[in-house]
Amino acid sequence: MPDVLHGIGVSPGIAAGPAYRIGEPPRLPPPRLVTDAPAEIALAVGALASVAADLDRRAESTVDATAADVLRAQAMMATDPVLHETIADSIRAGADAGHALHAAFGEFRRQFEAAGGYLAERAADLDDVRDRAVAVCLGQPMPGVPQPGHPFVLVARDLAPADTAGLDPRQVLALVTEAGGPTSHTAIVARSLGLPAVVRCDGASRIADADPVTVDGTTGRVEVGVDEATMALAHEREQRRRARLSTSAGPGRTADGHPVALLANIGSASDLASAEADGAEGVGLFRTELLYLDRAVAPTFAEQVAAYEAVFASAAGRRVVVRTLDAGADKPLRFLQQEDEPNPALGVRGLRLGRRYPEVLRTQLDAVAQAARAAEANVWVMAPMVATAAEASEFAALCREAGLSIAGVMVEIPSAALRAADLVATVDFLSIGTNDLSQYTFAADRQCGELADLLDPWQPALLQLVAACTAAGRAASKPVGVCGEAAADPGLALVLVGLGVSSLSMSPRAIPEVRESLAAHSLAECQRFAEAALASADAAAARETVLGAAFTADSAR
Amino acid sequence: MATRTVTVGSATGLHARPAALFVAAAAAQPVAVTICTANKPPVPARSMLSVLALGARQGTEVTLEAEGEGAEASLDALADLLVRDLDAEPAGA
Repeated sequence: MPDVLHGIGVSPGIAAGPAYRIGEPPRLPPPRLVTDAPAEIALAVGALASVAADLDRRAESTVDATAADVLRAQAMMATDPVLHETIADSIRAGADAGHALHAAFGEFRRQFEAAGGYLAERAADLDDVRDRAVAVCLGQPMPGVPQPGHPFVLVARDLAPADTAGLDPRQVLALVTEAGGPTSHTAIVARSLGLPAVVRCDGASRIADADPVTVDGTTGRVEVGVDEATMALAHEREQRRRARLSTSAGPGRTADGHPVALLANIGSASDLASAEADGAEGVGLFRTELLYLDRAVAPTFAEQVAAYEAVFASAAGRRVVVRTLDAGADKPLRFLQQEDEPNPALGVRGLRLGRRYPEVLRTQLDAVAQAARAAEANVWVMAPMVATAAEASEFAALCREAGLSIAGVMVEIPSAALRAADLVATVDFLSIGTNDLSQYTFAADRQCGELADLLDPWQPALLQLVAACTAAGRAASKPVGVCGEAAADPGLALVLVGLGVSSLSMSPRAIPEVRESLAAHSLAECQRFAEAALASADAAAARETVLGAAFTADSAR
Repeated sequence: MATRTVTVGSATGLHARPAALFVAAAAAQPVAVTICTANKPPVPARSMLSVLALGARQGTEVTLEAEGEGAEASLDALADLLVRDLDAEPAGA
């Protein structure tokens, strides 16, 4: 009988294949007495040789030329004769293989760091070669993403950006992690690569290398030790799902025809191509930060106009919601002096920057207005990090002054949700940023992986704040949308629509899945799911109740 | 003792691919070759880590040294490799 594990499905899709665990960097045990120096030297040099062979093999199978060069350079580090001499000397002086490797690599690491610049950045490559060689000496699997040479399901405690940087979506079938959460790095990477993923999977530590598993990234179900027939069935279900998604098209609507605009989150005009391919009805979140990143001075008015025009031109005839500069906290900008804030997430960020640099906001609004005049897109503007109705009405006034007719605000701060009726009275629409709204509602840092359970967008408290916004929007007959990871979750999307959300903005890739999910359920069903989620004791119960009711029939077909 | 002093021609300096090509060529020579910069002592040219640690950039002057039969020809070949912009040449060329 297969072992059934449950986690949180964070990226939809079904996968089946052998599981392989990511290797953790080895911990060096206490020094060991060496009695046979030549044998110890052979152990260390042999380990380096097998590391070099593995790196060369990976270089051969990599299509990315730059990545292949890095791997070949690393292989040459492992076979370096001077390194081998240093290690042999240190073993003859009494060190064991592991400590000799650490000492020898440490010497070169110091030289690399002293040289600075490009070389200092390569110190991590050196550490990687060292960790691999030490792992071989200790008889442990090499750290990093395994390369079994055939497609596999990647299992890890958690995934760091360094692990996922070179992830090959043709080799990796799905991701399963014990830690993490819906907003964790693993989840974001999985969705951008279109890989099924399950996080917070209890018992994932029991999965051994080569165990045959199935992974359902919608329901969060992971089966370990499945037979051939189950694997074949999973492949078949995934093929049917993909066929359904590839023919998925048209505007978002529930089974009974209630319209829900499916919009794309983009950072520049180049993101629009994929958004169109996935059938986005417009842009629900145009992040303008990209233009400002890594700049010593603010981009000029003309430069901004050109960038906005490019986006508006590609979205002719559709809605584009421009978010004004959202700098600060995790996105500091060099030309704004933002250092020395003891708590940047609670500091002068988002719309608050307008207090300190009113000209930056005004120039941006003028540039958006200028670009909008020439465009056929339907341009809306919204401000991030709005806390009060006064801020909302000031922003709306600035927009009108600039000649922008549709102004809204983002709801990311609990105070804004609690006073949504006052806010919506002064603007044309609300857009709920669920990621920040979670962070501020639960006083849990978005980047703190340990608190991922608090940042779960199924938290009833978060949904209650969404409900407060939609109630205010309904009373004022003004639209309330959601832009944030929550909108990309095909199960939670049903709840949001049931709560009265009129548009969902997400990574374009997530759109077909959400469209199909909506098309399979009526508005009345969505409303029942919303009630059930709000009435749940916690996020896990809300998820289980709704997914159980919404997708059981799906899984069977 | 044969010596050659040349300036590094590769755009990224003696790093990554140019370094790998140079070190592989040095290892293939019949004589032991050393390489140094103005402010660092000579290191074996067949040691990837030592060559990288020189931190030589495009335009940095480096000196090659070797002794014995074939030293002159070896240094000619290696010096020729160093002055070229290896980053601008397609892989496998």
